[in-house]
Amino acid sequence: MKTNIQLLTEPLNVQACVDWVISPGCGGIDVFIGTVRNQTKGRTVVKLDFEAYKPMAISEMNKITEQVFEQFPVEKVLIHHRTGTLQIGDIPVIIAVAAAHRDAAFSACRYIIDTLKQTVPIWKKEYFEDGEVWVGATP
Amino acid sequence: MKVTVLAFGIAKDIFGASSVEVEIPGDTTAARLKAVLEQNYPRLSKLASYMLAVNNEYAGDDMHIKTGDEIALIPPVSGG
Repeated sequence: MKTNIQLLTEPLNVQACVDWVISPGCGGIDVFIGTVRNQTKGRTVVKLDFEAYKPMAISEMNKITEQVFEQFPVEKVLIHHRTGTLQIGDIPVIIAVAAAHRDAAFSACRYIIDTLKQTVPIWKKEYFEDGEVWVGATP
Repeated sequence: MKVTVLAFGIAKDIFGASSVEVEIPGDTTAARLKAVLEQNYPRLSKLASYMLAVNNEYAGDDMHIKTGDEIALIPPVSGG
């Protein structure tokens, strides 16, 4: 199996993700780790809630990995996304890509996170000290 | 016919529920369903954008809705 796509409610495990993609034919692994930031445009963020339309989110992440294997010479691709309530410094997303050469690993990893942010039906709500907002929902 | 529309993110706040039932004419397109939803829930038209998904796929405006389809309202996504 060359892809590992999961939506999880428990904390994500960076080392387990790296261990999963490592393979003898690969000369490099590129990992993107998303983390919860403590502020947005100067407003202090208290926590985030992530919600997913699960079957479609899995299906859209599968589409992204199919595109990645068509476009880049990569060996193994992992996408883990967390849902539920996350605190500052928690990890909502890990993307790990193993490839024979680093160019493909970097490019594929970037393609995956950029596309995920545009197409995968997952939503985050930011909680501030004085209110809350669904990110990007209104102009 | 009656269809159920699943709601996520801000759409849940707008519907006041995680799904709503809507009565639409038979042989309706995604675009017509969006128009009916916007009539019932005017705040939808204030979103930055939104899409409908039919059976877990983004639906173009001319996609036909059939009885039993799983329909979801997808406000702007913000994962990652």
